[in-house]
Amino acid sequence: MEVLLPRSLDEALTMKAERPEAIPLAGGTDVMVDMNFGRLRPPAIIDVSRLGELTSHREDNGKIYLGSGVTYATIVREMAAFKPLVQASRSVGSPQIRNRGTVGGNLGTASPAGDALPVLAAYDAEVVLRSRARGERSLPWQTFLVGPKKTAIAPDELIVGTSWRRVRGPGSFSKIGTRNAMVIAVAGLCLVVDEDQRRVRVALGSVGPVIIRASEAEENVSAALATAGSWDDPAKLLADQSIEEFAELVAAAARPLDDVRGTANYRRHGCKVLARRAISWALSERRMPSWL
Amino acid sequence: MVVRTKVNGEWLEAEVWPGTSLLGLLRDGLNLYGSKNACEQGECGSCSVWLDGQLVCSCLVLAAQAHERTVRTVEGLRDDGRLHPVQEAFVEAGAVQCGFCTPGFVVAVADLLQRDPDPSPATVREALSGNLCRCTGYQKILDAVNLAAARMRDRP
Repeated sequence: MEVLLPRSLDEALTMKAERPEAIPLAGGTDVMVDMNFGRLRPPAIIDVSRLGELTSHREDNGKIYLGSGVTYATIVREMAAFKPLVQASRSVGSPQIRNRGTVGGNLGTASPAGDALPVLAAYDAEVVLRSRARGERSLPWQTFLVGPKKTAIAPDELIVGTSWRRVRGPGSFSKIGTRNAMVIAVAGLCLVVDEDQRRVRVALGSVGPVIIRASEAEENVSAALATAGSWDDPAKLLADQSIEEFAELVAAAARPLDDVRGTANYRRHGCKVLARRAISWALSERRMPSWL
Repeated sequence: MVVRTKVNGEWLEAEVWPGTSLLGLLRDGLNLYGSKNACEQGECGSCSVWLDGQLVCSCLVLAAQAHERTVRTVEGLRDDGRLHPVQEAFVEAGAVQCGFCTPGFVVAVADLLQRDPDPSPATVREALSGNLCRCTGYQKILDAVNLAAARMRDRP
């Protein structure tokens, strides 16, 4: 096994082009577990944890760019404007894990339980990839995440970041697990209200082979808000029945399995509970906007 | 491969297998046995150290990632032969039973108190959520945190 220690992104891309079988290593919170348990013995590892080019985040004309090497601790400290992302980041592992784990790692591992992923899906984020031969390209999140632990990345590419349009409106991330820390979600949900497009967006994690957008539930509740006149006047309440319908449709969108962390039935029930809470929080926040 | 790391103020080198973790480097390469090896998956916090000033699980850092960087371990807390106030507080509060998790807890508590000298109970619990103790039931550990925080505020 060989460890490559590039000092710049250019150098890292050259190494990846020459050694496409090399595994990029950032915070190590997934890769090192498999290494320690002897499940992974790659011929080469590229340490991307010291590449300064990957650790910045910025906003330009309403477009957010988040470097793949930004840690969850940094997001919690510096990105308060993105509440669902901060909530998801704070729910990752423990302080030690958040100091190391990165959004790029969640994307690269592509586990449906990656906490940042439902948020990126609800933001309609793109994943930014780069190679030495072809430069940069961006893929919509659903094109990038093709299956459980499978992505559309080419062997000579590295994940350099993710980007999305700023969404004006409230939102949240919540998840179900056995305790508040060190939990791999049994079900996770991100809900974002897009006031400009008059659309509620909902993404689910840990309840299917990939992250799932509950499109039918989104359309249904967005239309119900229009019928109630709530888009123009947040004081106009949504009927309890519409909230219940929304929760049912979100649960119906889940494609859960039974596994060691929970049964499919429990997961589906969890989605319903999370959906009902998330829409209720968002609606009460719309009446007292703190996101403006 | 040879990894060169500044550990507790001193540049040290060791020859390691490239797939070794920082924890492996510390224990097997540098004979620093304070950081404990328990879960090897970041769950238990027994191997907590500082890497460039940040609290991390050393089992999840590749040794090579610490090459030419700064590491501080539980062994680095003692100052001039005197225990760190957090270590003293753990002894006095009886926050130790089998002792296996203690170095990780001591490091995590020292990390917390250097950032927040007067943490709320909720802050303490969140800060220690990555460290597991299977003996004490945690209450005496929380007592030790309060004791250490009070002392460190009195004599900074």
